[in-house]
Amino acid sequence: MTSKSIRIDNTHISRVEGHGNIVVHMEGDRLDRVEWQIPEAPRFFESMVVGRDWSELSRITSRICGICSIGHTFASQKATEAAMGITITEQTRRLREILNHAENLQSHILHVCYLVLPDLLGVGSVLPLIETHREVVLLAIRLHRLANETCDKIGGRTTHPIRACVNGWSMLPQKKTLEEIRDDHVKALGDLKTLAEFVQSLAHKLPDFERETEYVSLTNPKEYALYDGVIKSSDVDDVIQPRDYERVTNEYVDDRSTAKWTRFNRDAYAVGALARFNNNRDQLSDGAKAVAGQLGLSAPCHNPFMNSVAQVVECVFSAEKTIEHSQWLLNNGIKEEDRGFTVREGHGVGAVDVPRGTLFHDYTYDGKGKCVEANLVIPTNQNHANIQADMEDLVPLIKDMPGEKMNLTLEMLVRAYDPCISCSTHCVDLRRS
Amino acid sequence: MSTKPKVAFFDFASCEGCQLQIANLEEKIIGLVDLVDVVEFREVMTEKAPGYDIAFIEGSITREKDEARLRDIRKRSGLLVALGACAATGGLNRLKNVRGNLEQVRRDVYGSDWDRPHLETYATRAVGEIVPVDFQIHGCPINREEFLHIVEAFALGTTPEIPDYPVCAECKIKENVCLFDMGQTCLGPVVRAGCGAICPSNGVGCEGCRGIIPHANQNAMKDVLAEHNLTVEQITEKFNLFPLYLEVTP
Repeated sequence: MTSKSIRIDNTHISRVEGHGNIVVHMEGDRLDRVEWQIPEAPRFFESMVVGRDWSELSRITSRICGICSIGHTFASQKATEAAMGITITEQTRRLREILNHAENLQSHILHVCYLVLPDLLGVGSVLPLIETHREVVLLAIRLHRLANETCDKIGGRTTHPIRACVNGWSMLPQKKTLEEIRDDHVKALGDLKTLAEFVQSLAHKLPDFERETEYVSLTNPKEYALYDGVIKSSDVDDVIQPRDYERVTNEYVDDRSTAKWTRFNRDAYAVGALARFNNNRDQLSDGAKAVAGQLGLSAPCHNPFMNSVAQVVECVFSAEKTIEHSQWLLNNGIKEEDRGFTVREGHGVGAVDVPRGTLFHDYTYDGKGKCVEANLVIPTNQNHANIQADMEDLVPLIKDMPGEKMNLTLEMLVRAYDPCISCSTHCVDLRRS
Repeated sequence: MSTKPKVAFFDFASCEGCQLQIANLEEKIIGLVDLVDVVEFREVMTEKAPGYDIAFIEGSITREKDEARLRDIRKRSGLLVALGACAATGGLNRLKNVRGNLEQVRRDVYGSDWDRPHLETYATRAVGEIVPVDFQIHGCPINREEFLHIVEAFALGTTPEIPDYPVCAECKIKENVCLFDMGQTCLGPVVRAGCGAICPSNGVGCEGCRGIIPHANQNAMKDVLAEHNLTVEQITEKFNLFPLYLEVTP
């Protein structure tokens, strides 16, 4: 057997949000080093929000992440509402559901079509596909635009929503706008079907790799949980309340990363679309279940590369739920509501399942409504240890690949998690000393 | 050989939301790549290039090792453009600087692990505080239509026009009811327009993400406050959400 030396030092891997490095050093069959490193510059948000007014918290923390700014906004507002003892109305919740689904659709389409498809088609980016697969690119753009336009129509801006406020909205959509949103999503189901067929035709190119892990997501007895729920782990029978999230996340600092890592019942757990699918698939809409069947996704699925497939399934779910929520709002009529409440001292946790997994915001306020303590736990943090564990299992299986192909396979693994590294390095604890 | 300008995108400490606005141009991206040659953009493509006609930089500088990377990009670029508030002024990242002692900030965040070498940080700086910047694109996030206008001007070799009048002007064109009249506060009288008064048009006061305009009419701001029985102190906190570099004296 020939002795082969492999040295991968892939700094700042491409087609992921933020900066991550893959390091593999191999000498023959001896694996010296396999590391998933996060060198991203930390931004210290938990420190930045201290002393700021309750009304600014979601505006500031939205800026943690461009892609999931809506998820951060809602986790933040839910934490503030929990701290101040506010119960939102059905109308406010339904509108948040629509905006949250729009972000889910926007983020998943961006990931599957712009970041993952180039790997399956053997190119370095989506740009050459404008020539070679124009119809697919145009279809992706249509779906992406629909999601973004819905964010504009409900949130007032595509990224960093303006209208979403604690206990309601600074401006409400017109009846006509909700009808457009409903009708456009009905039409989009056709595009989503075409997209699913295209992904199906390429699914055999996703590496066949399995590693069973612990899957963590929100769960909700009423529906497939995204905007709201309690915490579920595939390793535990009982659910856990969001206010007890630290029992699940157990954050720690690792030298490989400026982002914190997490562990629950094992050394690593996974969050995101695949974790949600594994935990809650029976609650998907009929259309989404059909696409899962078509794409060969059945639970439990232990192949991390299938996360992108689970995202396609969720795109259909988000479109179907958007139709349902807009119809409910149309049936019940949009009403101006009082957003007033009494500011009080308190502590609250907000949990939302955002595109990449479960997000927690935890705030403590003083009697004047100024933040005195904050803790944020972001989905990508919760995946870092799992990516590392996957790499450690995957590298020995692909050790005979040429270095370049091994590098690409490892990049594809990282991309499958759709990591949002800017987010993950902003989600560090603040503890009052 | 292509004569289109070679364009690259880079990011430092930021949410990458400004680069996302380029993906959010949707169909217009196709027109954009007809106009310029995108040769490096890590967030969406694997390819790299040795040099660039225009480099767009998103994000603030918060570590010495990022300075070296930025200087290297500057050396290899024709025009260097600060993309969005974090790059142009330090943006919201500057809130870290006003929290006081950075060692304490690091202790707050990482607890007993605070001094591990890989967790280093210094006070947030704008890109222009490290290397010369040729042009600034304002906003948090940037206005993608304005971005397109700017790139088109660069491709044509002209200087893009950036508004130097206040958000109030755009709000009036839209015939919005003034938020001060609705009992809210707003930085519109002194903050740079170009966003289409997007926050006031959606019922929320201007947060100042595009910065103070040159020669801002501070007296007009004071008059508006006085008219609505407000004091400068009452809105001072709003002025330091984004670093506005404005000294408002009562």
